[in-house]
Amino acid sequence: MRAGFLPKLLISPSAFLVLVCVYGYIMFTFYLSFTTSTMMPGYELAGTANYERLLGLENWRQSVANLGTFALLYIAIAGLLGLALAILIDQKIRAESVFRSIFLYPMALSLIVTGTAWKWLLDPGVGLEHTLRSLGWESFAFGWVKSSEMAIYCVVIAAVWQTTGFVMAMFLAGLRGVDTDQVNAARVDGAKTWQIYLRIIIPQLGPVFVSAFVILAHMAIKSYDLVVALTNGGPGRSTWLPSVFMYQYTFTRNEMAVGAASSVLMLLAIGLIVLPYLLSEMRKARHG
Amino acid sequence: MKKHLIGAIVSAAFALPAVAQQSVEVLHWWTSGGEAAALNVLKGNLEKQGVKWNDMPVAGGGGEAAMTAVRARVTSGNPPTAVQMLGFDIIDWAKQGVLADLNALAAKEGWDKVVPTALQKFSKFNGKWIAAPVNIHSTNWVWANKEVLAKAGVTSEPKSFDEFIAAAEKVQKAGFIAIAHGGQPWQEATVFDGVVLATGGVDYYKKAFIDLDPKALASPTTEKVFQRMGQIRKLVDKDFSGRDWNVASGMVISGKAGFQIMGDWAKGEFLNAKKVPGKDFACFRFPGTQGMVAFNSDQFAMFKVGADKAAAQVKLASAIMEPGFQSAFNVVKGSVPARTDVPDTAFDDCGKKGMKDLAEANSKGTLVGSIAHGHAVPASLKSAFYDVITRHFNGQIDDKKAVAEMVAVAKN
Amino acid sequence: MADASAAVDDKSMTFRGRRPAVSFGVGRLALYALLVVLAFVFLMPVYVMVVNSLKPLDEIRSGNLMALPQDWTVAPWLTAWSTAQIGVQPTGLRPYFINSFLMVVPAVAISTLTGALNGYILTQFRFRGAHLLFAAMLFSVFLPFQIVLIPMAKTLGLLGLAGTVKGLVFVHVVYGIGFSTLFFRNYYAAFPAELIRSARMDGAGFFGVLGRILLPNSAPIIVVSVIWQFTNIWNDFLFGASFSDFSSYPLTVALNNLVNSSTGVKEYNVHFAGAFIAALPTLAVYLLSGKYFVRGLMAGSVKG
Repeated sequence: MRAGFLPKLLISPSAFLVLVCVYGYIMFTFYLSFTTSTMMPGYELAGTANYERLLGLENWRQSVANLGTFALLYIAIAGLLGLALAILIDQKIRAESVFRSIFLYPMALSLIVTGTAWKWLLDPGVGLEHTLRSLGWESFAFGWVKSSEMAIYCVVIAAVWQTTGFVMAMFLAGLRGVDTDQVNAARVDGAKTWQIYLRIIIPQLGPVFVSAFVILAHMAIKSYDLVVALTNGGPGRSTWLPSVFMYQYTFTRNEMAVGAASSVLMLLAIGLIVLPYLLSEMRKARHG
Repeated sequence: MKKHLIGAIVSAAFALPAVAQQSVEVLHWWTSGGEAAALNVLKGNLEKQGVKWNDMPVAGGGGEAAMTAVRARVTSGNPPTAVQMLGFDIIDWAKQGVLADLNALAAKEGWDKVVPTALQKFSKFNGKWIAAPVNIHSTNWVWANKEVLAKAGVTSEPKSFDEFIAAAEKVQKAGFIAIAHGGQPWQEATVFDGVVLATGGVDYYKKAFIDLDPKALASPTTEKVFQRMGQIRKLVDKDFSGRDWNVASGMVISGKAGFQIMGDWAKGEFLNAKKVPGKDFACFRFPGTQGMVAFNSDQFAMFKVGADKAAAQVKLASAIMEPGFQSAFNVVKGSVPARTDVPDTAFDDCGKKGMKDLAEANSKGTLVGSIAHGHAVPASLKSAFYDVITRHFNGQIDDKKAVAEMVAVAKN
Repeated sequence: MADASAAVDDKSMTFRGRRPAVSFGVGRLALYALLVVLAFVFLMPVYVMVVNSLKPLDEIRSGNLMALPQDWTVAPWLTAWSTAQIGVQPTGLRPYFINSFLMVVPAVAISTLTGALNGYILTQFRFRGAHLLFAAMLFSVFLPFQIVLIPMAKTLGLLGLAGTVKGLVFVHVVYGIGFSTLFFRNYYAAFPAELIRSARMDGAGFFGVLGRILLPNSAPIIVVSVIWQFTNIWNDFLFGASFSDFSSYPLTVALNNLVNSSTGVKEYNVHFAGAFIAALPTLAVYLLSGKYFVRGLMAGSVKG
């Protein structure tokens, strides 16, 4: 139905707030990235100097590389594990709600709590390594969190633990909405369970994969609290992510303009990745 | 008669507003036992003067989260009355024009005469007092468990760097952890403070890390500093990464490790564990830095606030600088008073030594700002130094590359 | 819509109609074993936290973290609740609960209602730029909060909301619009159009359709939206630390002060107890409404 005056009026506060507090601020950040801001916003222009400095910084290179590793592993593992858990739980399990709650509850915890708990578990001196060794498994070694190369994988572990349950819930919902006629037809034809899953069910979950990706990508970007609680960016600077970089350079190192430049690049990357999703949503809305 | 009555009523009506209580909002990161207790002394003193203490703690070692919160508060036009701050951060805020002018109070109480000159560099801006210093910490100390040392056959306090390494190696051979270290960039930088002073002395320290002279930075002395950092690296345990400093102190207290290279705030840990200086633990200057003091000072920067808060702010500043408070606070905290005219009677042996060292360094000109704690260069350079130091300590770059990166940082 | 979801829990992809007897063969055993192992892995961090929060400190130092307490004690919990040092006062976490609730409840309520309104408008009405607007709101979901810290501080200052609970509510509402609009819009897009059409033909106006047809049948998605928002806002630290003052700072800031204190003996047992206490409301929300959560997700919210 064509919108009269009322709907347009009622949606305009949200539209206005999003326009100002999201896009207005993004524009502000964009502007800042061309200034000489150090501790607080300054308005003197500095051309592209900040971007040049940014791209030459080892900390930035490390952050971007880590994001690639982290995001890839996190999204893939959480997605597949979530799907696997959903399929397992969907097998007419007794105490389904118990299992479901167990896998889902980590989402309730703040990233700070998650980071702290995993920091303890992964610490070789007091955590898993120490425990398993004292139980007799002398050669067990799990000092990843103290190693410059491996620490980022610990961040992956903690992040996967946190969000897999939510992905599982999404896939569970998706599984229960799958068209059962096709499934029964295949069953009548003699197809085995795993074949049914692979050929019929999973392809129908396409939209859920997309939504899961959106949720996971969103968590990957907002992972600042988790990194700080788990490793504080260490050892050294080896678990920096762009969100950590931006925070450090803007607030701790008094290089706000460089931080703004890193924000702009982050937003650009985010935009590129979610653009297909946004376009498809728009197209669906137009034809839906 | 009526006129008197009306007069009384009118003056009573005017008297009422004056009863509104004065209050200060203080943002800090002293959130645990000993430090909070020390701050409570200040709170109590202020309450006696009728000023309410509104506490705004934001924890996070070194004040990282706090500094972010301050930034937001100042931007929104609602700064706290006073904020705990270190070194160049205070100057950076002063440059923004948001700090209050305490000159009237400073002149009245004679701060210029009793606060060391090296410290005034951070408490004053353009000739105006903008912060009240609470203490003076020093970073070039070593803390040792006497029993562990005795068991390892270390009989005397090492006087030079090489002696220190030899002693540490003895401790390691005896089956203990030689140096308890927490692998966080600021801790490695704290060790760096001592090593620089021990290797190049005060002149090199000033030239290279305060004046940022490229020749001094690129000199063989810098390479020797990193070599020595590497020597120290061999003497820490394999799980040092990410460890908190007070946990490292705990290792020395419990007898797992022999030495810890840490600033004098470590003393608080030992005292809390009921250890006695001289009997259970020893405190001595980082070997090679005797007679020199690398300092950092916690100060309360005073922000410009409305007229209603200004009076309370002055009381706060005055209470901070009061000699009785300076003594009570620093006895607990492990540091020494920021004013040189406080008697050392209440302090223990390590505290007395600290105060003596400070007075000596102040008069000889060997009192230098700590690189690690923002008293040598501003935040952006300090953080860039951290990058180099921590990457070198973690084995990601070698000595020569570290020197080159230091020079590159200073050039920016 | 509502009855469909009731039957939903019985559906599964391997059996349809009458439930045949499930043979307890090796396959089933392996399935349960796998689930139990995974459940164990998922529970481990919280098990560690809870178990160690019930031990006295020396047992933590000397023992190993997976062992059950030898010397059970609830003292850490009591300490974390009412006597732990949070700044200069030894008040524990208790006083800050109310700050968090005062912030979260209005923010969740306003954000959810706004999302419902927006979802309704975006699905039932055509106007120029509607799709672009939706995409714009959707993108706001990915915004890292550190980027908006300084400009939002300035805005709050200009609005006179700096340092107040109202200011925190405002900030969380603004950044919650994206998600709640997404949830409701997708839900209403899958809503049976006939119901709406017949209501309109019966004379229902703008608010009639929303209040009498849509909202009463939105229970699943309201649950999803409320849970998601509640969790995110309750667990937020950055905005809570930056936009509050001494009288309004939320529980997460207090917890941070408890756990991240830089000196003194680290009382891990108190820290874990504190972290758990702070997480209790969100845990309760997830545990009590997990079933509705899945139902809500099912009912078209994120099927895309």
